[in-house]
Amino acid sequence: MHLVYPVVIAALLFSAGVYGVLARRNAILVLMSVELMLNAVNLNLVVFDMRWADRLHGGQVLTLFVIVLAAAEVGLGLALVLLIYRNRQTVDVDRLRTLGEHEEEGVRQ
Amino acid sequence: MTTADIVIVLLGVVTVGSGVMVVGTRQIVHAALWLVVSFGSLAASYVVLAAEFVAWVQVLIYVGAVVVLLLFGVMLTRAPIGRSDDLDSGNRIVALVVAVAAAAVLVTTLVRGFRDAYFPLKARVGTGSSATIGASLFRTWVLPFEALSVLLLAALIGAIVLSRSDIGPKAIEEDPEPPARPRRRGDGPLARRRTRGPDDEDTIVLARIDEEV
Repeated sequence: MHLVYPVVIAALLFSAGVYGVLARRNAILVLMSVELMLNAVNLNLVVFDMRWADRLHGGQVLTLFVIVLAAAEVGLGLALVLLIYRNRQTVDVDRLRTLGEHEEEGVRQ
Repeated sequence: MTTADIVIVLLGVVTVGSGVMVVGTRQIVHAALWLVVSFGSLAASYVVLAAEFVAWVQVLIYVGAVVVLLLFGVMLTRAPIGRSDDLDSGNRIVALVVAVAAAAVLVTTLVRGFRDAYFPLKARVGTGSSATIGASLFRTWVLPFEALSVLLLAALIGAIVLSRSDIGPKAIEEDPEPPARPRRRGDGPLARRRTRGPDDEDTIVLARIDEEV
């Protein structure tokens, strides 16, 4: 099996996630793009675990850990997004600027 | 090119294509559904790479739990269900440039680095079974596993605390006397700073306007 194909797929998937995080405005879509990036990392971990025939199976076990971490991250992230939505009636990350320097553009309550 | 190579390239095309659809589509529900396609084909890639247990965990947790959670988020924030053109922010071009540059650098590096890297996939069959992974998980990696369980518990409690509205600090009560807004006239450095009372002229006028409206 050629190693290049899976790692290139992972790199392309990661770049798609980078684009999504930078370009999307809706906070839930940003979370989805973060999931894409985590999945690209997972593919890399599995491929290199298989390549080196790791006796401790570190790559696959770390993949499981990353999956669990992603689940926790999505749970907490959605709780935060819902809290913001309840307070501000928007999940648009471009309009949540109250922590920025230009205070007058921020969405006030 | 072996059969496994061809299969993994085809699955990779599906994975990357649906990933691009996730970040490019104009309908937010479709983004979640494309995410299912992407995660599913990635799970199939794990099966091809002989990591069956990881593939099943991927299907169970990502497709089964994470996407459903994201769909719940879409529903609870009353996101636009139909087509909406304001899902992308203004810095789309910059994001595209950054993503293409990252992809170019990564792909160039990986192709140049691993051009001659092959590994025998047939010899790896069985190393990804649940028996092997479970034994490794509970022998070598048991301490991180336990730490991760504590982290999951913390995340669970955190999500509950964040999403309940009847606990936590009480909402800030309305300030009975809001600070006076800067006036237009007489706004010099020596302007009178006095909180506006209910008997002020323009307040009364504003109240009348409100009544009329």
